[in-house]
Amino acid sequence: MLKILKYSFYDLMRSRWSYVYFLFYLLLGVVLLFLNNDLSKAVITLMNVIIILVPLIGTIFGVMYYYNSREFTELLLAQPVKRSSIFLGQYFGVATSLSMSLVIGLGMPFVFYGIFNSSAIWDFSLLLVTGAFLTFIFTALAFVIALRNENRIKGFGYAILLWLFMAVIYDGIFLMSLLYFEDYPLDKFSLVATMLNPVDLSRVLILLKLDISALLGYTGAVFQKFFGTNFGLILSSVLLIFWVVIPTFFIWRIAKRKDF
Amino acid sequence: MKKTLHILFFLFFIFGSLQVWAKTVTVCNSCSVKTIQEGINQASEGDTVLVKKGVYREFNIIIDKSIILLGENLPTIDGEDKGEIVKIVSDNVTVDGFKIINVGTSYTSDYAAVRVIKRNGFLIQNLELEKLFFGIYLEKSNDGKVLNNNIRGDAVKEYNSGNGIQLWYCKDVEVRGNNVQNVRDGIYLEFSDNIKISHNISRNNLRYGLHFMFSNHNIYDYNTFENNGAGVAVMFSKFVEMNHNIFKENWGTAAFGLLLKEINDAKITENVFKENTVGINIEGSNRIDYKNNDFISNGWAIKVRGACYTNNFENNNFLYNSFDISYNSNLNDNKFDRNFWSNYTGYDLDKNGIGDVPYRPVKLFSYIVNRTPETIILLRSLFIDIIDFSEKVSPVFTPDNLVDENPKMKTINHDRS
Repeated sequence: MLKILKYSFYDLMRSRWSYVYFLFYLLLGVVLLFLNNDLSKAVITLMNVIIILVPLIGTIFGVMYYYNSREFTELLLAQPVKRSSIFLGQYFGVATSLSMSLVIGLGMPFVFYGIFNSSAIWDFSLLLVTGAFLTFIFTALAFVIALRNENRIKGFGYAILLWLFMAVIYDGIFLMSLLYFEDYPLDKFSLVATMLNPVDLSRVLILLKLDISALLGYTGAVFQKFFGTNFGLILSSVLLIFWVVIPTFFIWRIAKRKDF
Repeated sequence: MKKTLHILFFLFFIFGSLQVWAKTVTVCNSCSVKTIQEGINQASEGDTVLVKKGVYREFNIIIDKSIILLGENLPTIDGEDKGEIVKIVSDNVTVDGFKIINVGTSYTSDYAAVRVIKRNGFLIQNLELEKLFFGIYLEKSNDGKVLNNNIRGDAVKEYNSGNGIQLWYCKDVEVRGNNVQNVRDGIYLEFSDNIKISHNISRNNLRYGLHFMFSNHNIYDYNTFENNGAGVAVMFSKFVEMNHNIFKENWGTAAFGLLLKEINDAKITENVFKENTVGINIEGSNRIDYKNNDFISNGWAIKVRGACYTNNFENNNFLYNSFDISYNSNLNDNKFDRNFWSNYTGYDLDKNGIGDVPYRPVKLFSYIVNRTPETIILLRSLFIDIIDFSEKVSPVFTPDNLVDENPKMKTINHDRS
């Protein structure tokens, strides 16, 4: 598996796309910092980018990579290599290279700007870690979709739909249900609903750092416990890990049973 | 010549008698006068009672003549939880330099470390109060000063704790340079006019850092209110001026930097509101000028609850607040002009430092959160940004005349030194 991971990783490192991705983040970081001249505002803008863009790129890139390397995958399948290691290796290769582009691309401008001397360092590291998590989650989901669909058009369609659902539609439904059931106690429901969507989950994780004063304005014991203590931070992180592990498990299972 | 001599003699005589008249009574553990009360009893009007370092286990010390009660090297008066400790019932009394501990707790009478009852011209300074119920309690007393005291309580529950400095029906009192911590209300005023409260630090109090009701024509400046249970509450008062204060880290479900209720004709200028759940909560307050304030990283910079008319918000900085302004209705009679909003996204083509597009500080989402508080969890979601944007284009739920026509392009530099 490690060999395949290494191969996928180097393959991607050589490819144009990870450079484009890397340069995009580099540019974004530079523009944000040096045109804005304000670290706190940059971190907030960055949060929007990470929450929306990272899942999108992860999804598209994951699907694209799977379909593109299909012939090579078939070649590998003919060799005495374990199936799970082929697919998991590819998956980890893609996800690692994507997160590296993200972390290095965004990290470099901020390091040069002097993030280490700033109090925003923790907010910023949390942003990067969340971004890396989102990359892993959405690449895994993309692989699951691609493995399930032989038809490329269908696969891409589902992948984009998945992103659209997680990033926008889910919150719309969430908001509507909160407004519709406003007469009922909703704090448990809203926390659970947040946990069920990795985009929301990472958003809340970052909010815990950025907007804690607003979040504490709501009178509810469950919210209070969640936002007021480290409980929220720990629970969100654990759930993010679950969000990586579960789709990865699906990749492994589908890959094992799939006919080629 | 003889006449001059006479006058000289006369003057000498007067000064001499004054010297005799203003004598000093010394109290210490090894002196002939061993208790403070005894020292006060021996002193007469205008005398100084000098208390040397030591521990004096006394309570209910009554100062009934105008003397100076002076502590040397911070002597301790230990009330042993038996009741009130120092009670001033005479005009022109000075209490200076004591450490007063263990005030009794009672549910029927408000025991205080130092209480002034219906007297004028008091000066209470350099006291250290610990383990107290009420700290300094001024009752119908005027023209006094409370300076540089250090009050450190250990309040846990609101119902069995008292206030740090309490003014009740007082006039023309100056409260300056005090440090009040861990009591119920740091500084509490009721029915007190012409009070000047400045350079105090009030923090970690159970309820309010500063709390006042029915108190008009007061000035509050250069104070710091930090991490109080519910921030600062000002209610039912007129002509109040609050300048150069710092309100920070008042966090919680019902916590405000500043709560204004039924306040009219006030001036709120040059203050800093930082990291509060709500910067200013306004209810039924009219004709208030908010100028040159900084609102930094608050949950809500300003929450307008209703019945607020002709308020003026000018030249303030709104930096990185989760919500800048929240309204619970779509009526507006307040003016926002020439503020800086960090959320402003407009442009300035004519380069005059003022944005060409008006800024709408009230978002649809803040309206939704007012209605259904749980929705706060969707803060900063893309979907919310989309509906906020559509509301911005055509306001339906938020007041459509609530705009800052001249938003500044750059942070306004307030000189805070």
